[in-house]
Amino acid sequence: MTLSRKVGLRDGLRYKGGGPMLAWILHRISGVGMVLFIGLHVAASFFTQQTGSNLGINLNIVYESIYFQVAIYFFVLFHGLNGMRVIILDLWPRMIEYQRELTWLTWLIFIPVYGLTVFIMVYLKITGA
Amino acid sequence: MKTRKIPHPGWNLEYLMFLFTRISGLAFFMLAIVGLLSALYMGARLHMNVGTLMRWTFFPNPNHVVDSDIPNIDAWSNGLWQIFQILILFFGGTHGLNGLRVVLEDYIKPQGLQMLIRFVIFILWIFMLMLSVYVVMGS
Repeated sequence: MTLSRKVGLRDGLRYKGGGPMLAWILHRISGVGMVLFIGLHVAASFFTQQTGSNLGINLNIVYESIYFQVAIYFFVLFHGLNGMRVIILDLWPRMIEYQRELTWLTWLIFIPVYGLTVFIMVYLKITGA
Repeated sequence: MKTRKIPHPGWNLEYLMFLFTRISGLAFFMLAIVGLLSALYMGARLHMNVGTLMRWTFFPNPNHVVDSDIPNIDAWSNGLWQIFQILILFFGGTHGLNGLRVVLEDYIKPQGLQMLIRFVIFILWIFMLMLSVYVVMGS
């Protein structure tokens, strides 16, 4: 019995993993996104601080724009909350039985916190306060 | 017949990084909560908006609170916060780059390429840590 891992994109998209699979894929995307964006931000801060170059300043202007901030906040908050779920499942393996409920709980905490913060950020941006 | 290679249980790299990922994940929560509560204690309620407070919570760097109207920046830029920043950067850099290694090795299978990825990420890790300690010490 060989273990074939040659799964095409269409089969991958058709796979019905449900909520936990969505959480897994978002955890991956948000993790890689954070490494890229925050790594870029640290590098840009280094260039600004040590050389005062326009490259660093312009990169940080892009990074501090509302679009990036909303995305980064999604990445950080979702990765943190979902990571907490993973840690709980690893520390108490019996909780695996309730992993669908835990995934729903993650979203139940995530949606109000993220929604409220994004509302405040966009509101302050639009009104210019 | 080609079978999947399963790592032996024990103190190998995968197990160590598994433990490190969980422990550093909990450490981020602790550092963020301490940073948030300290900011509120130091008068963040009166002097800054929620976005600035969140920026400080993620990373307690004095440059993250320059666009607030706090009267004195000294309490926000001392050695304690530098230790906090270096801890967050060490945990964050290691957690993040190890995660990148795990994701890449999931999709890129050839043995030689995996060694190359490990080497490049190791160099990136050292370089990133030096760069970020420089930023923390200079800001």
